[in-house]
Amino acid sequence: MGKLRLLFVKEGRAVYISHLDLLRTFQRVFLRQGLVLRHSQGFHPHPVISFALPLPVGQASDCEILDFEVTQDLDGADLPQALNAFMPEGIRALDCYIPARPIRDIAEIRCKVNFLYDAGVPANALEEIRSLFTGESLIIQKRTKRKSLADVDIRPMVHRLEMEAAHAALHLDVSVSAQNPGLNPALLAAAVEAYLPALAPDFVQVRRVELMDAAGERFR
Amino acid sequence: MDKRLERILPRVQKPARYVGGEYNAVMKDKEKVDVRFAFCFPDTYEIGMSNLGYRILYGILNEMPAVWCERVFAPWTDMEEELRKNQIPLYALESGDPVGAFDIVAFSVGYEMAYPAMLNMLDLSGLPLRSEERPGLTPLVIAGGTAMYNAEPVADFIDLALIGEGEDLLPEVVELYGKAKKEGWDKPRFLREASQLQGVYVPSLYAVAYNPDGTIQSITPQDGAPEKVYKRVVHDMDRSYYPAKTIVPSTEIVHDRVTLEVFRGCIRGCRFCQAGYVYRPVRSRSKEQLVQYGQEAIQDSGYQEMTLSSLSTSDYPQLVELCDGLAPFCERNHVNLSLPSLRADNFSMELMQRLQKGRKAGLTFAPEAGTQRLRDAINKNVTEDDLMESLKTAFSGGWNAVKLYFMLGLPTETDEDVLGIAEIAKHAVHTWREYAANKNRGLRVTVSTSWFVPKPFTAFQWEPQISREEYERRVKLLRSAITAKAVTYNWHDGDTSFLEAVLARGDRRLGKVLETAFRKGAKLDAWSDCFDLNRWLDAFEECGLDPEFYACRQRSRDEILPWSMISCYVSDDYLWRQRELAYQSKASPDCRAQCSGCGANAVEGGECYHG
Repeated sequence: MGKLRLLFVKEGRAVYISHLDLLRTFQRVFLRQGLVLRHSQGFHPHPVISFALPLPVGQASDCEILDFEVTQDLDGADLPQALNAFMPEGIRALDCYIPARPIRDIAEIRCKVNFLYDAGVPANALEEIRSLFTGESLIIQKRTKRKSLADVDIRPMVHRLEMEAAHAALHLDVSVSAQNPGLNPALLAAAVEAYLPALAPDFVQVRRVELMDAAGERFR
Repeated sequence: MDKRLERILPRVQKPARYVGGEYNAVMKDKEKVDVRFAFCFPDTYEIGMSNLGYRILYGILNEMPAVWCERVFAPWTDMEEELRKNQIPLYALESGDPVGAFDIVAFSVGYEMAYPAMLNMLDLSGLPLRSEERPGLTPLVIAGGTAMYNAEPVADFIDLALIGEGEDLLPEVVELYGKAKKEGWDKPRFLREASQLQGVYVPSLYAVAYNPDGTIQSITPQDGAPEKVYKRVVHDMDRSYYPAKTIVPSTEIVHDRVTLEVFRGCIRGCRFCQAGYVYRPVRSRSKEQLVQYGQEAIQDSGYQEMTLSSLSTSDYPQLVELCDGLAPFCERNHVNLSLPSLRADNFSMELMQRLQKGRKAGLTFAPEAGTQRLRDAINKNVTEDDLMESLKTAFSGGWNAVKLYFMLGLPTETDEDVLGIAEIAKHAVHTWREYAANKNRGLRVTVSTSWFVPKPFTAFQWEPQISREEYERRVKLLRSAITAKAVTYNWHDGDTSFLEAVLARGDRRLGKVLETAFRKGAKLDAWSDCFDLNRWLDAFEECGLDPEFYACRQRSRDEILPWSMISCYVSDDYLWRQRELAYQSKASPDCRAQCSGCGANAVEGGECYHG
């Protein structure tokens, strides 16, 4: 009986699989492989399985974490290769191990965010957007769980930002707050749209690349 | 994947259904296949991926090394809007290539209301709708599925239809196409050759002439096409393909589970039921093979739910043995086994109780008619005693919700029959009061009625659908007769049933009506939120046709029916005899009790299959 942590990539066609569907997908992947998940002991038993930080639909990631419990005694080392034979396209296990740290230690997510401009990056975009994100505060309207709009200052949630301009894209290398509260990097584009509408990108791509703890060390 | 798709997918509902890449989706090198086959399902992904026939044919075609079969589904309205706005043609999920670039564009058509979606999918693919506007061999537009027993309403749009079960016939057609492509045949030659395959119907090879009153005067085959196109069937279910290794969608679909098809056909012979006639004779799989397939499919998919499927599962002779055979494996792997389409008899209930663990969801029964007289007339051999016995078992076993399905407007129905439905609901409540294990949880009885749609190849193919006013009157009558608080009454919306009745027995003149309605915006008309009868009524008016001619007219025995060039081996004489028996309120024995001589035994040139 052991807790295990799976590190996996979600990219390509798989980015459109929603959180709930991904949960179902993993349960089936485990069963295909013959892995028996530990079930909760209630009236409607369900497998003990949870994702660390749900990934918004449409975003890719190199560092997704899934915690689960199995009935077998396993260290998980052989699992990634074994599981990968049973995955849908775009999901790939990288590592599996017995977790040493709690999920709450994840402090920030490092992301690559691309602002795409079909007609080329507007002049001054790099500078203006950088100063927008490095100002005192940056208040945007965010939909709350109760579906109403609330003002949120996202500036404290942007921990680090590097930007680079290419011909038709701004490439952002950004670290955002991971939880309590976390920041969806797609909201960076929403902020540009609100404050610098002329510089709003035509499309935004987001890819999580690394999870960090509060000390700036890689989280596993 | 098209870069432009990346832009629109975040804006549409449930984008996972538009990208493919699921476990077991078949990927091939398009340079290394001879025939590219776009297998279109004229409804959404969730519906299409739930269809077992579609999965069987996908598997069979992809086992052919020279063929790559890919899936195409109808986009929901939001996705369609985005595709059109961005000028992205409809594409296949596996390769992402546009449908217009495929060799064969095939539709799996299970119900008439999918016709507008077929046209919409052709249009979204940038293909001309009419067969005559596609002069080349490529792309060939074909269709199969139960609705194609009367393909006339779509005769103008498809190049050929496959009649019956596709397991053997579809590969034959695809192979012939491969040969035609290699040898450079033109389309007319290919269609002529294809029409020689049993089960292939080429509408353009049949000339239809009409009488002044709008009925058909003659149907004349041309260029050597057969007088009658006989359906194809699978002869040996034990040797037929079962998709044990099949696509597991990454998003939830309607039937998200392993489906084990235990047999094809039905011994019952309900007189309104098209499937019951066209899938004759009954052919079973052996229980040993089913147990093996069930285990393989569960292990390969990772599903934890399995269902036994057929037209009437309790008629499978070895049902208990089959469930016993599956039970140890299912228990070990926490797989839930369910049995839909059970008859309301005791035996089924005992089985249900044994299988059902934990949550007791609602039970569904379909007595279809309110009195024994009418149930005899439609040959639905279920008595009210059977039903009440089943309910007794269910209520004492802890169930407390039951759904009862009926039809209004069946031939010979009287007000007494309509009121009989309310009586049955009342008796259900009484039975619950007497036998419920736990009355604190209350009772829910849901009575649902639909408006009977006469279908081709049934004993009622000559009958009129009752008028809309009459249908609404009977709904009202029943509504006022249902008084118990525990009973909820739902009735089917009349608009769709009326159009279904028109299309089901339509002739090929309806092609222009379909096209006109499509131009006016008809597409996902199987969905009530997309359906608008006025579009259709306008289209009929513009085309100078009367929908009531098709829906509400009594046909005579000697009228040439639009589908009379097609045969499912069940003879019209037999169907007419069954109709006469209906008017005498006389039931017929089931196929196992006594052969009624329907003609389906000609499939094997003699006796029906046993089992």
